[in-house]
Amino acid sequence: MTPKRKQKLWLLGLMLGGVSLAVGLTLYALSSNINLFFAPTQIVAGEAPQDREIRAGGMVVEGSVQRDTESLQVRFAVTDNNEEIWITFDKILPDLFREGQGVVAVGRLNDRQELVATEVLARHDENYMPPEVAEALEAAGQMPDQAPYAKNKSSDKSY
Amino acid sequence: MDILYLPELGQFALILALVMACVQALLPLAGSMTRQPLWLAYAQPAAWAQFALLTVSLVFLGVSFLVDDFSVAYVANNSNSALPWFYKLSAVWGAHEGSLLLWLWILAGWTFAVSFSRGLPAEVLARVLAVLGFVSIGMLLFVILTSNPFDRYLPQIPSDGADLNPLLQDPGLIFHPPLLYMGYVGFAVTFAFALAALWSGKLDTAWARWSRPWTSVAWAFLTCGIALGSWWAYYELGWGGWWFWDPVENASLLPWLLGTALMHSLAVTEKRGLFKSWTVLLAIATFSTSLMGFFLVRSGVLNSVHAFANDPDRGLFLLLLLGVTIGVSLLVYALRVPTLKARASYSLISKDVFLLANNVILVVATLTVLLGTVYPLLMDALNQGKISVGPPYFNALFVPLMLLLGVFMGLGPVSDWKSMRLDKLRKKIWLSGAISLLLGFILLPWVYDGSWSIWVALGLTLFFWVVTTSLRDIWEASRGKKGWRGISRSRWGMFGGHVGAALIVLGVTMVANYGEERDVRMAIGEPVKVKDYEFTLTQLGEREGPNFSADTATIEMRDREGRLYKTLTPEKRNYHVRGMPMTQVSIDWGPLKDIYVAMGEPVAEDAYAMRIHYKPFVRWIWWGAFIAGLAAILAVTDRRYKVRVPE
Repeated sequence: MTPKRKQKLWLLGLMLGGVSLAVGLTLYALSSNINLFFAPTQIVAGEAPQDREIRAGGMVVEGSVQRDTESLQVRFAVTDNNEEIWITFDKILPDLFREGQGVVAVGRLNDRQELVATEVLARHDENYMPPEVAEALEAAGQMPDQAPYAKNKSSDKSY
Repeated sequence: MDILYLPELGQFALILALVMACVQALLPLAGSMTRQPLWLAYAQPAAWAQFALLTVSLVFLGVSFLVDDFSVAYVANNSNSALPWFYKLSAVWGAHEGSLLLWLWILAGWTFAVSFSRGLPAEVLARVLAVLGFVSIGMLLFVILTSNPFDRYLPQIPSDGADLNPLLQDPGLIFHPPLLYMGYVGFAVTFAFALAALWSGKLDTAWARWSRPWTSVAWAFLTCGIALGSWWAYYELGWGGWWFWDPVENASLLPWLLGTALMHSLAVTEKRGLFKSWTVLLAIATFSTSLMGFFLVRSGVLNSVHAFANDPDRGLFLLLLLGVTIGVSLLVYALRVPTLKARASYSLISKDVFLLANNVILVVATLTVLLGTVYPLLMDALNQGKISVGPPYFNALFVPLMLLLGVFMGLGPVSDWKSMRLDKLRKKIWLSGAISLLLGFILLPWVYDGSWSIWVALGLTLFFWVVTTSLRDIWEASRGKKGWRGISRSRWGMFGGHVGAALIVLGVTMVANYGEERDVRMAIGEPVKVKDYEFTLTQLGEREGPNFSADTATIEMRDREGRLYKTLTPEKRNYHVRGMPMTQVSIDWGPLKDIYVAMGEPVAEDAYAMRIHYKPFVRWIWWGAFIAGLAAILAVTDRRYKVRVPE
């Protein structure tokens, strides 16, 4: 083998090694860091795993928000208009969190099938509904006509 | 002329701009096929006309905003008569249609600038302008057919507008999108140079020299745009983070990573005539990721904080545009590249190879970010459920890759082109290595905090490694005949760019490891302790702004000895028109730390939920990015780009 060939082989080997290492690490990191979304109906039916982080969401049930007066602990229910689940959270809720709005929470289920959230997301546009939530509502056959999402869609087409 | 016709005139200008773009694209193409030099000459005036027409269009949209013409749907949806005039103007790019118009105008502006570049043979210029013309045609069609900013609400004109999203009512919005778009669209110029070179079959070092300044300027804008966006998110969203691995942030990071790789590989191509086909591919990929970022953001397929009610129907057009761009350019690439041959050789220890390593690492980083960003889309398309990829994935991969990149960032400047003896390299880096290990890896983590952690040690080592090797390189350059004055601006540019990157590393390391974030319940008169400081809520109040009303809080911050250090006054605003709440944070900022206080929600009569953050060195991240951006501009002013290239 000529020295030049040898050198190219080295380079090629290094690159291949690096790339396969990167791919391996990537797939590993990916598989341990994805959060599946579950609608309240699925969670009540016991389809969601207990031992890993999931995302859950729906519309915040009117009048369900219960606040602890001595700490930041807050409890609320979300619904896909079919089933409800409870979510507890001990941090500050996002600005756009409101009863009747779509939210998505990230966390783990406890023994009582309540989601202990580490993060609650409500989006930065009052007309915007998280797509998962919209789909969950549709799947439950309960997409209300007066939902903000529907309203926005129709106003978009009005001109 | 009745001012009410401005929107129609604006739209006519838009359509005429499309006609001009067609001239700019098609005549040079036809001219170079049929060998009619006269036809090539049409490209330049057409580009000027296109720029003028788009300017008219953009100005008329701006005027429609200023005069509160709510018959224009876009104005009615994104403005309000109570909005201050400067936000009315920046609302032009506050939503989909207008930001597209801005994109187009910037593209036309870049094209205009390219048309004045001296030292470029007429034929090359015509080809570059033609490629830019094609890009412009695609986007203009998109705007005119799917997203016309001049659509009217007739005959029922709304009496007032729906207001600009309060999040966007901020000085950050005035600058963030234009800077970012300058970067995205700037890569179109590099792309055009690459395609023009493939088209002519002359992919030489002259081509690399022409492309380099444009790439650097685009990169500088993108860097500053992303940094400004990060800073804006930090103080405007009230979450206190500076990067969220949000899909839209990732979409801007992809062209940035590839653009960084491109800058470095262009250097190799210009100096050594190597990696030509790779550089061309990078140029194509960089602009493609710019377009793809645009598609991801604007089509609404991504679930993101930036997802302001989008219309998915538009996505198809953009996907088509993206597909055509990538498909055509790869086709040209495949047809032309086999004719390219590099003659130069290089050995394993050389600047060439270190820069190649830089490129490989950056491309791998791009791919991992891309995978994490589109993986949820893929899984959804394959009916594998709705998933999201969390920040841990990105951190787990991105941080090690950047650490690795940092090693080469130090080796690159001090090494020689072509080949280098190992002992010579060793002689140049041993001192830097020793300083970095001693200060960064062992001493400073202890001094700062009294404890040692691997991530702090690695981050600080990297910081010192990059800074000391850069200093070494500059010091060596200063020993030439002319001393310090003999150092070229492009070398200073490299120095600034690398030091800027090192500052970012420093900032990220410190804030990620020593930052403290607390959500607390604060009652009046009850002190709360966060990182050696005592915070006491002394007052809750209310106040009226021009288009909002706000809850206000006064918080006294005392140091360890109980002295009053600073009074912080965060607000919780409610914007009337949209009924949308907004957090106005109060920041005590400084070079060594930020104290960040944001109001959450009232929890009792005299108590409020508050977010108190301690963020050491967080500003260095943005300053580092701005320094790197300015350094790239400095490098462009180097004398050798001004020398006329013989034809």
